[in-house]
Amino acid sequence: MAKQKLVLIGNGMAGVRTLEELLKLVPDHYDITVFGAEPHPNYNRILLSPVLAGEKKLEDIIINDDSWYADHRITLYKGRKISRIDRRKRLVMTEDGLEAGYDRLLLATGSVPFILPLPGRDLEGVIGFRDIRDVDLMLQASAQYRHAVVIGGGLLGLEAANGLRKQGMKVTVVHVLDTLMERQLDKPAAALLKCALEENGLNFLMEAQTEALLGDGRVRAVRFKDGLEIPADLVVMAVGIRPNIELAKSAGLHCERGIVVNDTLQTYDPRIYAVGECVQHRGSLFGLVAPLFEQAKVCANHLAEYGIGRYQGSVTSTKLKVTGIDLFSAGDFQGGDGFEELAFQDPSRGVYKKLVVKDNRVKGAVLYGDTVDGAWYFQLMREGTDIGDFRDTVLFGRAHMADEGREGNSVMAMADDAEICGCNGVCKKSIVDAISQKKLFTLDDVRSHTKASASCGSCTGLVEQILAATVGNFEPAPREKPMCKCTEHSHDSVRQAIVERRLQSLRSVFAALDWKTPDGCHSCRPALNYYLLCAWPESYRDDPQSRFINERVHANIQKDGTYSVVPRMWGGLTTPAELRAIADVAEKFRIPTVKVTGGQRIDLLGVRKEDLPAVWADLNAAGMVSGHAYGKALRTVKTCVGSEWCRFGTQDSTGLGVQLEKMTWGSWTPHKFKMAVSGCPRNCAEATIKDFGVVCVDSGYEIHVGGNGGIQIRGTDLLCKVATEAEALEYCGAFMQLYREEGRYLERTAPWIERVGLSHVKSRIVEDPDGRLALFERFRASQLRAQSDPWAELAQPAQRNQFLPLKQLG
Amino acid sequence: MTDWIEIGRLEDIPQHGSRVLANGFGNIAVFRTGDDRVFALRDRCPHRGGPLSQGIVHGSRITCPLHNWVIDLESGAAQAPDEGRTACFPIKVEDGVLWLKPR
Repeated sequence: MAKQKLVLIGNGMAGVRTLEELLKLVPDHYDITVFGAEPHPNYNRILLSPVLAGEKKLEDIIINDDSWYADHRITLYKGRKISRIDRRKRLVMTEDGLEAGYDRLLLATGSVPFILPLPGRDLEGVIGFRDIRDVDLMLQASAQYRHAVVIGGGLLGLEAANGLRKQGMKVTVVHVLDTLMERQLDKPAAALLKCALEENGLNFLMEAQTEALLGDGRVRAVRFKDGLEIPADLVVMAVGIRPNIELAKSAGLHCERGIVVNDTLQTYDPRIYAVGECVQHRGSLFGLVAPLFEQAKVCANHLAEYGIGRYQGSVTSTKLKVTGIDLFSAGDFQGGDGFEELAFQDPSRGVYKKLVVKDNRVKGAVLYGDTVDGAWYFQLMREGTDIGDFRDTVLFGRAHMADEGREGNSVMAMADDAEICGCNGVCKKSIVDAISQKKLFTLDDVRSHTKASASCGSCTGLVEQILAATVGNFEPAPREKPMCKCTEHSHDSVRQAIVERRLQSLRSVFAALDWKTPDGCHSCRPALNYYLLCAWPESYRDDPQSRFINERVHANIQKDGTYSVVPRMWGGLTTPAELRAIADVAEKFRIPTVKVTGGQRIDLLGVRKEDLPAVWADLNAAGMVSGHAYGKALRTVKTCVGSEWCRFGTQDSTGLGVQLEKMTWGSWTPHKFKMAVSGCPRNCAEATIKDFGVVCVDSGYEIHVGGNGGIQIRGTDLLCKVATEAEALEYCGAFMQLYREEGRYLERTAPWIERVGLSHVKSRIVEDPDGRLALFERFRASQLRAQSDPWAELAQPAQRNQFLPLKQLG
Repeated sequence: MTDWIEIGRLEDIPQHGSRVLANGFGNIAVFRTGDDRVFALRDRCPHRGGPLSQGIVHGSRITCPLHNWVIDLESGAAQAPDEGRTACFPIKVEDGVLWLKPR
């Protein structure tokens, strides 16, 4: 069967990105032909400004060179403009008479600069700022002439002005409003920007109404309504862009401001798709890169005939650089009636931050000079997090909240060999090189190519900054992050579907939610297995093959493929008999390393897989059970000696720790869950960096939650104080259950609480006694099945086979 | 030229699971996918030598338990952008019996 024919009109970023996504899915499905009006291969339009400013060369901004098209057997016609689409015959025609037939047509005709209808607009030297040709004209003008006028004080205008100034021209920026970049900045930030740009040597005429462009042949001056005339040898119009829809219109496709497309990026002719700046989707037009790339992904999926995924619009934030000044804005940053504004200003450092807040929720943000927390504010906005609990410090940034000063202000000031990712040893230069050489655009791309921020994730903010500074304007994330590449659904929506639609197995989740893969992946399967287990504790049959190896064999895999074994010691208590049994096991199985852990347990390291059942059987025989040191589960309850021995102890912390551990062991949680009980505020058990901590005081028990001593150290929040041990136990069970039901898989309690807000947790646990009791009951119900020792089960003779080789070959 | 040798039965390996053939010259991992296809690869990730047999099987791929590299069971190749390859061995199922051709 002959291959289907796909024609792409428009050789720009959105169209070619769609082809790239398509080729990833189905490399051989189509014969592809591309028509581009410009005489160049596909290049990164965002980087035209650095080319103009002389910071980059043309070849630096090419995304796909000619050989890429050849390698993928794509026929490319450069500098050939399509003049007509014949939808009946399914043909496109170039101006010079070349024809090409299509089965599917993709329009990515982009946009055209809006040229003000002024007298003199056709004079030589009057241009827009859109493509390489415009940049060439500007560079030529700068070599010959002195005076440039840029009409338009938006991002594009300022970048053009800055580039022309760097090329030695005297530049005046004309803006019709009193505020620069009014679509991204509020007045104070815009004023700071204007000041800084004036110091760099740009002139501004604000609230200026241009009346005419004067000249004879070539432009000579600009005249304003108030009679003022200024010299101009070059006029750059940067007052906005318009979707380029002429061709689509002439083919009879429905257009309004742009080519109207549905959620699958189809036009009114189902054979014709459109992406990028030329489209109008749900009433919106597009100018930033990130939404275009999201469209490309969805469109490619439908072109590949997978039929999965809908484009539902993008919530964007802009992180950008104007002449070396970092700016960030997102959401409703203007505020006004009914909104509150939190602001931080430090003029001498050149820093301004404003958050627009309503009902303790972030609705918008503007950052000037220090944008390191842009992604965090954007996340708070997207998640609708209640910031009431940290409103007083939110402007100081996330690093301040987490009591951690590791990240500096500007990553671009860091040296090339500065280590960005400490887990994988990736320095700044490797990241920059990978981004520019491999043409990476997204955080995920950078992660998979360089491994930077791919392990613990604490350097994500830095990597995002490097990405933004290297590829230009960048938007961090779509509205709801999909769970993984197998689905468009987020963690929360999958979970909701499991409960509401009573999905009881992995298979039914895959089917009901249109999973793109037959059986998920290593990322979604463990999450789904947990969500199902949490939703249906009495009936769901756990799927061991959907668990990470550690939870499958109830031991921790080590780098050499051996395992470590940690028996439970309730509250950190042990006995001579237990210690003797551990010593015997270590000798009998020649276990090379025996270590005391941070959670007051003993770790036997270097156990061979085939020995695991026998090791467990011996430990079981001495009365010990699995310590779950390997699981997303209750780990350990660390205690101090408390009032039984300590001269300062106020309560029996050890006894309470043992009770807590006996109540909670065996429960599965979204991520690991650690506890501690300290007998007095000296806090020797370090309860204030645990997921759940109790600090005993003379009058009772302080309940602390959401601490973390790991990647980002975070002290706990005080939840409340209770009077009795029984209450402490009840609050603990209720808190764990709330976390089990609301925490996303692999989300520790600390980020969970930061996401939902401590007030929310308090309202469910402290202020609602009936709700607390209900949570506690659900927790206890799920424990009925959870509290059976996995070691004892797996040490049974019938189970032992899976730990042995299938066969010995030689 | 080596001959096919019998190594066990299909049901000895759980769906989405794996078992190991112990071998003095390096273990071989035998995988069974969700749709009952079987594959045999050297039990060693091309990245840091992790035991692939202990990973998670999805589609016709295996994710290494050490650092989440994804290896294609049909070709032994690491999923891009990671680069590397693990040796594969011919394997077949006849009447529920698994046969492998070691090299």
